[in-house]
Amino acid sequence: MEITELSVNGKAHKLEADSRVTLLDALRNHLGLTGTKKGCDHGQCGACTVIVEGRRINSCLTLACMHDGDEITTIEGLGEPGNLSDLQSAFVAHDGFQCGYCTPGQICSATAMIEEARAGWPSFVSDDLEGPEALSNEEISERMSGNLCRCAAYPNIVNAIRQVAGAKS
Amino acid sequence: MKPFAYSRATDRANATAEVANNATFIAGGTNLLDLMKLEVMTPDRLVDINRLDLSELADTDDGGVRIGALVTNSDCAADQRIRRDYPLLSRAILAGASGQLRNKATTGGNLCQRTRCYYFYDTAMPCNKREPGSGCQALAGFNRIHAILGASEACIATYPGDMAVAMTALDARVEIENVDGATRKIPIQDFHRLPGDNPERDNILEAGDLITAVILPRPVEGKQIYRKVRDRASYAFALCSVAAVVQMDGGTIAAAALAFGGLAHKPWRDETVEALLVGEKPSAQLFGRAADQLLAEAQGHGSNDFKIPLTRRVMISVLQEATETGAAA
Repeated sequence: MEITELSVNGKAHKLEADSRVTLLDALRNHLGLTGTKKGCDHGQCGACTVIVEGRRINSCLTLACMHDGDEITTIEGLGEPGNLSDLQSAFVAHDGFQCGYCTPGQICSATAMIEEARAGWPSFVSDDLEGPEALSNEEISERMSGNLCRCAAYPNIVNAIRQVAGAKS
Repeated sequence: MKPFAYSRATDRANATAEVANNATFIAGGTNLLDLMKLEVMTPDRLVDINRLDLSELADTDDGGVRIGALVTNSDCAADQRIRRDYPLLSRAILAGASGQLRNKATTGGNLCQRTRCYYFYDTAMPCNKREPGSGCQALAGFNRIHAILGASEACIATYPGDMAVAMTALDARVEIENVDGATRKIPIQDFHRLPGDNPERDNILEAGDLITAVILPRPVEGKQIYRKVRDRASYAFALCSVAAVVQMDGGTIAAAALAFGGLAHKPWRDETVEALLVGEKPSAQLFGRAADQLLAEAQGHGSNDFKIPLTRRVMISVLQEATETGAAA
């Protein structure tokens, strides 16, 4: 058993778990934070996206014990009913989902993605690597390609993200 | 996943000693954990090197750049110096994986990623890379993503990455520390190997070897292009990719470095192709001859036959762009 201290959404947790426990399973099964979803469990769908030390990652492809002392933000930490984050509100306003299963991953991913763009990170579709790059639909699609939506709510997801990204820049 | 013991390395000497004694390094883990879930890889012990001091990206004394083995793909692609002087490398990294994966994937780990051959991933199938001597199901099976150059009867898997293809065209060297603490630098072209009779070995690393950095030489003038062709527009492995660094002198090609991804068990570079281009004026005939040279020994296996004409067209298109001769040349 590995003992790991995690700070999740600002709250300290001490986790005692098998070395095989992924960060995703630790969040869901050990800490009861079931907002983060398990889709493919192989890093292909992005439903498990959380923000670790300010960076979005696939929580299914990392071990909980590798994150001793790390700050983790999940969908529960971004907002709550009555106090939604800008992206959460935008997903509601733009109907950026159908079944909703990919939505926590989409919103965690987009939250960190907007910060990446603000830091001037280019993408594969950026004309100029030197930036800065406005978040066009094409840029949003490319930067969000690690989040799949089987309901194909993509147009509304892109609109929701563009509204928030545009408001911030 | 099979049970394994986990430890966090606090210094390089302990880490390499552990791995020389049959443990496995884990860094980003995005490929290794995927393979462990499928029990394609079943290490007994993992040594987590994420907290070793290998995350620096710094200028070298001779005007190049030293990229620490733990520099993430995201940080490398976004680094101001890499973007300015080695845009080929930024472009190649950004062409691969997803934002989430690039945030975890490291420079050293990316070099060590395994093939995406379907039969390697399927433990119900024979695979000489996964289980030496068991056979190769890809040869007569589905081999759309498989090699057309440098393959063997034992294995037609491809190295799947983008980053290393760019680094190959940029003449990078891989810095490796061994279990005795000695450091050596290997040209990246010699890091990955061809499958031959022992495809279980992807590269030249020996037990206990730790990649500590990738070193780029001083940047060269000229055009840098990374072109990737794949089955969907984003987040897919290359069917064929071309990394090109081309310098012109007046109307002639002064230097050309071309590396290819998705075609072989390693990033493919053929200096005879480059020699054929240098000193010549760009023309459709010249580029056609260069493609003939590149693909003289190319062999398809059925579902990947299309890669031969595809590679020819992509290479010619990249050369036209690099020499600014356009499609009419």
